Amino acid sequence: MAIAARRAPEVAARPDVVMRLLRVSTYLVLAFVAFVVLLPFIWTLLTSFKLEEDIVKFPPELFPRSFTLEHYTDIWSRVPFARLFLNTVIFAGGVTIISLIFDSMTAYALARLDFPGRNVLFLLVLVTMMLPFQVTLIPLFALLSDLGWVNTHQGLIVPRATNAFGIFFLRQFFLSIPRDLESAARVDGASEFRIYRQIVLPLAVPALLTLGLFHFMYNWNDLLWPLIVTTETEMQTLPAGLALFMGEHVVEYGLLMAGSILALLPMVLMFLMIQRRFVEGIATTGFK
Amino acid sequence: MSEGTIVRPGAAVGRKPRGRVAAELHRLRRSSLHRRRTLTAFLFMLPALVVLAVFMFWPMVHALRISFTDYNVFQATWVGLANYQKLIEDPAFHNALGNTLIYSAITTPLSVGLALAFALLLNRKIRGRDFFRASIFLPVITSLAIAAIAWRFLVNPDIGLLPYWLDKIGMETRGLAHPTWAMIWVIVVGVWKNVGFYTVMYLAGLQSIPREMYEAAAVDGAKPWTRFRTMTWPLLMNTTMFVFVIACIAALQTFDQIFVMTNGGPFFQTETLVMMIYRLGFQEFQMGYASAVSWVLVLMVFLLSFVQIKFFNKRQVQY
Repeated sequence: MAIAARRAPEVAARPDVVMRLLRVSTYLVLAFVAFVVLLPFIWTLLTSFKLEEDIVKFPPELFPRSFTLEHYTDIWSRVPFARLFLNTVIFAGGVTIISLIFDSMTAYALARLDFPGRNVLFLLVLVTMMLPFQVTLIPLFALLSDLGWVNTHQGLIVPRATNAFGIFFLRQFFLSIPRDLESAARVDGASEFRIYRQIVLPLAVPALLTLGLFHFMYNWNDLLWPLIVTTETEMQTLPAGLALFMGEHVVEYGLLMAGSILALLPMVLMFLMIQRRFVEGIATTGFK
Repeated sequence: MSEGTIVRPGAAVGRKPRGRVAAELHRLRRSSLHRRRTLTAFLFMLPALVVLAVFMFWPMVHALRISFTDYNVFQATWVGLANYQKLIEDPAFHNALGNTLIYSAITTPLSVGLALAFALLLNRKIRGRDFFRASIFLPVITSLAIAAIAWRFLVNPDIGLLPYWLDKIGMETRGLAHPTWAMIWVIVVGVWKNVGFYTVMYLAGLQSIPREMYEAAAVDGAKPWTRFRTMTWPLLMNTTMFVFVIACIAALQTFDQIFVMTNGGPFFQTETLVMMIYRLGFQEFQMGYASAVSWVLVLMVFLLSFVQIKFFNKRQVQY
C-alpha cells in the first residue's frame, strides 16, 4: 500500500511529459495542415489586393507590398460579373426551391401513402442515386437544343428540379415523424395535401433546411452542367464563367482573384454562419 | 373435407343476406378509397416523376441507343457494336481509363488515410478544435473549379509560391506542363478538396465508440498504437468501407480541377473518362462514341454504388 502510494507520482510524471510532447506535436501538425489547406484561400484573398506587377514578379511573395481595390472595381465591367452572379443565384436558388417542393411531395407519398408499386418506385429512386449523371449529358443537350432551352435559365434549372437523393433523404426523415397528429387530422377529414402542407412539412423544417443547403451548395459550385447548358457568357454561372475567362485571359491574375473571392464569399459566409448544420448534415447523410 | 366442416364466424355472418350486402358495400367503398389514395399518391409524385422520366431515365436509355450509332448532331446511323469495338482498340480510351484508374487508386487511399489521421487528431480535447475542423472542411463547401484557378497559379513554376517554397527546402517540382507532375498536382487538389468531407465522416464514426472502452483499455495499460489497432480500427471498419466507396466513386467522376488546371493535358496525360466524354461529346461532336464511353463509366460507378447502398443501409440501422 505504502509502496504503491510512493510510486504513483513517478509513474504519472513520465506520461505527463510524453503527453505534453504529444500535445505540442499535435498542435504543430494541425497548424501546418490548416495552413496548407487554407493557403489557396489566403493567397487568393491577398492576391486580389495586389497590383498586377507585384503578382507576376519573381520571387513570389504571399503578402502584398502594394494595396489596390482596382480589381474589385474593374471586374464588373471586364466580365459581365453581375450577370454571372445573378445567373448563379437564379440557378442555385431556383433548383433548391423547386427541388425541395418536388422532393418533399414525392417523399411524402413514399413515406405516408399506401399504394401499389410503392416499393418498385422507391427502388427506382435508389437506383437513380447510383447512376453517374454524366451519362445523361449528351442526350440532355440534344433534348435542350430541340426545346430551345440551351442558354436559358429553365434549361439550367428544370432538369435538376428533382433529385433522387433528396427524395430518399426526406423519405427517411418523414418515416421518423410520429403519425399521431396526421391520424387525428385524417379522422377529421383533412385532405392529404393539407396534412402534407400543414403538419408534415412544418415538422420537417430542419431536414428541409439541411437538404436545401446541400442543393444550393452543390449547384452554386457546379461546373460541368452549366458548362454544357450555357454557351454564351451572358448565361454562364460563376464557376463556368470564371474558368472560361481564365482560359482566354490567362495573364489577368488580379481580376480573376477578385472574381474568385466574390464568387466564393456567399458559400464561405453561409458556412461560417451555420457550420453546425453543414457538418452534422454531412456526417449523418454522407451526401455532398 | 375437414376444412369444409369448420364453420368460421366470418363465413357465417357472410351468409346472412344483409351482412353480405354490407360487406360488398364496404369492399366497394374500400376499393374506391384505395383507388383515390393511389391517385393522390401519384399526384404527389407526378412532378418529380415527370422530371426524372424526361431528364434522367429517357436520356439514360437514349445514351445507350446513341452508343450504337455514329450520332454527330446532324445524323445518326446504326453501327451496332462498332463504338464498343473501337473502345477496345482505341489508345485514347485506354489512356483515359488508365488515367482515371491511376487517379482513383492514388487519390482514394490517400484522402481516406489522411482523413482518418486528421479525425484522430481532432477527436481529442484540444484548443482551437473548431477552427482546425472548419479549416479542413472549408474546401468541401467551396467551388472546386474556382479554387482550381488559384491552385493553377500556386503551382506555376515561374510565379507560383509552392514550387518556390518547396525548392527552398530542397524539393524540386515541375509545373502542369510536365506529364507526371500534372497528374501529381491534380491529385493533390483532388485530395485537398475532399479530405475534410471524409474527416467529418470519420469524426462521426469516432463519436459512436463508447468512451468507457478506452478508459478500460487505459486501465489495462494498453499503448496508444495497441488501442488503435485492436479497438478504434476494427470499430471504424464500417465507416472506412463507406468512406472508401464514396471516395472511389467521387474519384472516378473527377472533372472540375482537371478541366481548369490542365484541360486533360499535357498530351492527354491527365485526361480522365469524364474529360474524354466532354471532349468527344461537346468539342469533337462524336456523340455516339462519347455515349459508349459514358456507359463504361456507368457500369464502373454502378458496381461501386451497389456496394455503397449496402453499407448505407447498414449505417442507417445505427441511427
